[in-house]
Amino acid sequence: MTLALDKPRSPRRPAARRSNFELASWLFMRISGIALIVLVLGHLFIMNILDGGVHRINFAFVAGRWSSPFWQLWDLSMLWLAEIHGGNGLRTVINDYARKDTTRFWLKVMLYVSMVLILALGTYVIFTFDATIPAD
Amino acid sequence: MTDSAMATEQVVARGSRSNGTLYRGDPGMWSWVAHRITGVLTFFFLFAHVLDTALVRVSPNAYDQVIETYKSPIVNLLEVGLVGAVLYHALNGIRVMLVDFWAKGPKYQKPMLWTLLVVWVLVMVPGAYFMMVRTVSEMFGGS
Repeated sequence: MTLALDKPRSPRRPAARRSNFELASWLFMRISGIALIVLVLGHLFIMNILDGGVHRINFAFVAGRWSSPFWQLWDLSMLWLAEIHGGNGLRTVINDYARKDTTRFWLKVMLYVSMVLILALGTYVIFTFDATIPAD
Repeated sequence: MTDSAMATEQVVARGSRSNGTLYRGDPGMWSWVAHRITGVLTFFFLFAHVLDTALVRVSPNAYDQVIETYKSPIVNLLEVGLVGAVLYHALNGIRVMLVDFWAKGPKYQKPMLWTLLVVWVLVMVPGAYFMMVRTVSEMFGGS
């Protein structure tokens, strides 16, 4: 049986490399990945499995956790690392599968807008959390 | 042969899977496909999850109401799926780093894949039990 495979060697030389952005991005995925293994698996274990899991989560539970600077810092680091790690992953996916330049452009605009929104909102919520807010 | 004629070459696939020269169709390729799918799904969940958590800035009741949906049977099942997806992504991420940074990583990529799948099952069986036990016992009238 035979398969048609693209030659790995490009017939033309690529343009001279102008920046190391993709190298930094590749390295960031690995470094943030190691941190996220601890942060996210720890978060999932505490929230979903330990001590009754999701059934014990409510406003009072969140208030108890965010009274501690340790869990505030945990959640803040997890938010930023996960959003940038995931956003960079989606950037790669868009680059791979978008076939038209305009499609690629607008998908990335949507991606970056959503990342800024989620990072800003999440950071705002962690820093301004108020356990004494009225119930309704 | 000219460059353009060489751009696509007929490659004989015979025997190439066992000696590791062809990645396409290899279990390693499917581990990459699964890594992408679990990553994209987790990213979309993260978007929703930050929005639902932001309700703590609206009011305790608004937050508690939305969190109640996480405790319903179907969403509870989806949570098991989310944990399974994230766990696979984490374990395969370790494998990717070992392939990149460990000298023998590429040689052992396939045994490492089987190992991570075994670890995944060993973690998910008790994990799914603890995540579902209350929902299942409530659904079927247990106390």
